[in-house]
Amino acid sequence: MSITLYVPRDASALSLGADDVVKAIESEAAARGADVRIVRNGSRGLYWLEPMVEVESGNGRVAYGPVQPDDVVALFDADFLHGGDDVLALGPVEDMPWLKSQQRLTFARMGVVDPRSLDDYLAHDGYRGLAAALKITPLEIVQAVTDSGLRGRGGAAFPAGIKWKTCLDTSADQKYIVCNADEGDSGTFSDRMIMEGDPFVLIEGMTIAGLAVGATRGYVYLRIEYPHAQRALQAAIETAQDRGYLGDDVCGSGKAFHLEVRMAAGAYICGEETSLLESLEGKRGQVRFKPPLPAIEGLFGKPTVINNVITLATVPLILDRGAAFYRDYGMGKSRGTLPLQLAGNIKRPGLVERAFGLTLRELIEDYGGGTASGRPVRAIQVGGPLGAYIPVSQLDTPIDYEAFAAIGGMVGHGGVVVFDDTVDMAAQARFAMEFCAIESCGKCTPCRLGSTRGVEVIDRMVQGDVAERERNEVLLRDLCQTMVAGSLCALGGMAPFPVLSALDHFHEDFAGNAHGAGS
Amino acid sequence: MKPAKNIAALPPIDDAVRDAVLDVTGRLKDQPGALLPVLHGIQASLGCVPEDAVPLIAREMNLSRADVHGVVSFYHFFRTRPAGKRVIYLCRAESCQSMGAVKLAQHVKERLGVDFHETTADGAWTLEPVYCLGNCACSPAMMVDDELKGRVTPDSFDAWLQSQSEAT
Repeated sequence: MSITLYVPRDASALSLGADDVVKAIESEAAARGADVRIVRNGSRGLYWLEPMVEVESGNGRVAYGPVQPDDVVALFDADFLHGGDDVLALGPVEDMPWLKSQQRLTFARMGVVDPRSLDDYLAHDGYRGLAAALKITPLEIVQAVTDSGLRGRGGAAFPAGIKWKTCLDTSADQKYIVCNADEGDSGTFSDRMIMEGDPFVLIEGMTIAGLAVGATRGYVYLRIEYPHAQRALQAAIETAQDRGYLGDDVCGSGKAFHLEVRMAAGAYICGEETSLLESLEGKRGQVRFKPPLPAIEGLFGKPTVINNVITLATVPLILDRGAAFYRDYGMGKSRGTLPLQLAGNIKRPGLVERAFGLTLRELIEDYGGGTASGRPVRAIQVGGPLGAYIPVSQLDTPIDYEAFAAIGGMVGHGGVVVFDDTVDMAAQARFAMEFCAIESCGKCTPCRLGSTRGVEVIDRMVQGDVAERERNEVLLRDLCQTMVAGSLCALGGMAPFPVLSALDHFHEDFAGNAHGAGS
Repeated sequence: MKPAKNIAALPPIDDAVRDAVLDVTGRLKDQPGALLPVLHGIQASLGCVPEDAVPLIAREMNLSRADVHGVVSFYHFFRTRPAGKRVIYLCRAESCQSMGAVKLAQHVKERLGVDFHETTADGAWTLEPVYCLGNCACSPAMMVDDELKGRVTPDSFDAWLQSQSEAT
């Protein structure tokens, strides 16, 4: 009987050589006459251990990692096919503390199932949410999402149920579901993991959203930087169509839902929902004025629900297990779990799904194990390039939308990027403005011009003497104020946050090297 | 408003470009919001969206040339001139910065002898900056031909580059 092995096809695992490991295992198995079957699963999210190979033993899976092609002969010698001990042995996957202490709801199947197999998805509670949704009215579906407390996981944290209700209440000959898969924030990769590692859950979530608001057509707007996710999604969509989970008659319900993947073209601004809709319509990705809300006048002028990947991928669980089950996780107004992405200069980077309320310190110290460089942590950017830089003194802040807002930060899409003490925070502030200048859609003046002026002002601060620095700091703060208050969308409106946080918490870095005054 | 220009008014266009444009527009132009898929198709076939293709795309899509030009020029991914044989997308976003991406970028530029957005003299490589490849747990990252690389260092970049030139 063949032994089943799991080696991820996740893009990050591939970036560390997972394909070469598969080839090495196949050729070594052939040479030894071992009968192995290799399943290409998603990543469990323990990226410092990737490529992580799992072996199906009699009682659960046993992990080995990080495995390189050169390690394969030794693994066979150690009889890893029967759970043999080796320097790379990590023990039973389910017992790994890093994984065991997590609360994986949205990511329940991540790394467990074969993302190309619908049968595997069905065997692991897949499409139970849709089955439940087909038994109730659209209003009841929307009510369940509202009651769950699920808020938009793209970053804006708007209650998903309210968005859906607004769309449900409109009448139109055509409505749309749009999935925002333009995951452009540095430090984030949870959308990518879902699309590559459990794509059917996103398809199921979008189908449920379609049933809920009466939309028969959906689009996934996917960033061009994610070719692996594109392949995974397209394969899953084809399978779902062939098996009657998508199409004119979803699961024999008589209701239609069609789904298509559309590729973006490298503009960060298209992660903003109205820019994204413009882009889907074949236009420049320029921000729209709101109102009208997309839920009333969205894609092609029709009512549209637009949600992030994680938001939509969480919906099946809510329908399957009930709103209360999900709502019971979390704190305050932040209900449920958040898949946090631990990245940057960190010893144990990866995906940590926990209920809201975990502190940043627990995340970085307990899960992350400190910096990869071994040097002290100095700054943490949470929420992508528009998120504030958080100093070590605020490490005890609980991860909760409101708690972060209270310290001038944002949880955003849950990306956490750690920097050690070699970071130059003036350079990071400058980069925030530079990035905004590169990616501004150009529609509103504070963002289009303010970002370029911001770069110049920071340069003058760093290069000038004390008096010049003080003059320019007043200017910079004033400019930030204008951008925050006067920009149309979050790009210009939030790019000042990393800048202001750098000024407030790491002021000494702006003293510059040219004169050294004040440093 | 000027009336739409007729076919005779189209500026001269290379045969290969015309065939590629008409092939792609013929397949895709009738889907809703077709312009991005059309431009992706043309770039996949020609390596870029040449400027002389714009009038024909505009006519086929029933758009103004300004509309098409505006879209091509808005998106970083679309290029109007062909890239080198292969494109190195090097991430310069925050997570990669925290792991040495600034130094890595400097090294890669010196090694290839080009700046961002430039192509090496032998036409082998084009270097493009990218802002996040979603490989932030394995920073710094780069992507070449849809293949993602993680934990790239100046040394590992050199070794990889060497292996590529040996392979060709």
